[in-house]
Amino acid sequence: MDSIIEGFRRAFLLIVHLDPELLKIIFLSIKVSGAALIISTALGLPVGTIIGLKKFPGRGFIISLLNSFMGLPPVVVGLFVYLILSRSGPLGFMSLLYSPSAMIIAQTILAFPIVAALSHSSIIKVDPLIKQASLTLGATHFQVSVTVINEARYGIMAAVIAALGRVMAEVGAILIVGGNIAGYTRVMTTTIALETDKGEFELAIALGIILLVISFLINIALYLIQKKGVLQTGQ
Amino acid sequence: MNLSLVVSNINKSYSRLPVLKDCTFSFDERGIYVLIGPNGSGKSTFFRICSLLEDPDRGVANYFAGDSAVKRDINLRRRISLVLPKIGVFNTTVFKNVAYGLKIRGLNNKEIRKRAEQALELVGLAHKKNINACALSSGEAQRLGVARAMAIEPEILFLDEPTASLDPHSTTIIEETIQKIKEEKKITIIMITHNVFQAQRLADTVLFMYEGMIVDFGAGKEVFKKPKDERTHRFITGKMVY
Repeated sequence: MDSIIEGFRRAFLLIVHLDPELLKIIFLSIKVSGAALIISTALGLPVGTIIGLKKFPGRGFIISLLNSFMGLPPVVVGLFVYLILSRSGPLGFMSLLYSPSAMIIAQTILAFPIVAALSHSSIIKVDPLIKQASLTLGATHFQVSVTVINEARYGIMAAVIAALGRVMAEVGAILIVGGNIAGYTRVMTTTIALETDKGEFELAIALGIILLVISFLINIALYLIQKKGVLQTGQ
Repeated sequence: MNLSLVVSNINKSYSRLPVLKDCTFSFDERGIYVLIGPNGSGKSTFFRICSLLEDPDRGVANYFAGDSAVKRDINLRRRISLVLPKIGVFNTTVFKNVAYGLKIRGLNNKEIRKRAEQALELVGLAHKKNINACALSSGEAQRLGVARAMAIEPEILFLDEPTASLDPHSTTIIEETIQKIKEEKKITIIMITHNVFQAQRLADTVLFMYEGMIVDFGAGKEVFKKPKDERTHRFITGKMVY
């Protein structure tokens, strides 16, 4: 019990004194997760929009695939990215394994289905009258699509935040492809795993507290966005 | 050049069931044309084909500017506008709802503001321009639909049951707005109504549709006073069973 209390005391000291190692880990986490989120949104939003607005053969299959991939086990993603980026893999020549880039790739793969599937879900929930209204007011098909996306904006924002929650809390995939190299690929979640293994809890607890705060802030943002959407549409 | 609509021998079927049979008519005068007829007479399908929302199986709905036919493209769609019984309200302010049609036409902000405010004045919603349109009552939403359609200054305005499910007060406001549009804007208005009294109040020309055909038409007062077709007489006197 004493060691736990001591761990918390030291953790708070690390946070209060803005420990450089702690800050470095936090910034790398934000950089990797932020980049993964931007890329997955840039790819996932158009995919979600297309399958939400257009009808084409295989659409149902893609929707089922995306929904299934929302629950992809991170260690499986880590394994596949590892195999692809390893020296003998198809992209081994790029020497990306054990780098932040490899971690971004793995996190993008995890976040992409969430952004695409939840965006699709928000877009199909938009009242069909909206599409009809914009057509009757003289919108081109592209302008109709933009209008529908705009109407689904709260749902899309919630999708992006849900993806952020997923990548910030992720550990399995980035541990495999990043290698948890101190000062280079060590992020919050992998540090917590490592430090706990070592029995040195102060840094792990400090990062755990920060991760919890970030997770709480993400959920507050999600709640506020959903509340705003409900207030405006009255639904 | 004023836009006119000529409908020639339009036929349309759904699941092999004929809905429109050889409908022919010219909408070439300014004023209010009112389509009346029992449920299932084909009014809405005729309306949707005229307003370019649907294509006929056979026949054509051609638009003309003077004697020249106008190509059916986005530019033509932007010269007409529609108000449907249920309007899709954009989840933003009343003002932005009205400005939508102007923004997508690439008008500058000054012109957008001017036209949107005029349209809101026209329907009596200027005082609500900054509230979220989703908070409007159904009567106000319908007026918003008219404002949105009028802001783009259409040459032909289509109104499909614009007062359906509205209370008498909202109905009066909409009817007054339609009269005002007719007098001030000098455009062609084509509307559907189930309300025979409303048709009497508004119509310059009445078209009576029955079983997919235009069976009677003429100046509003004439049709209601001396209908040429027995079916029209039975419909407007409330004796038609369908």
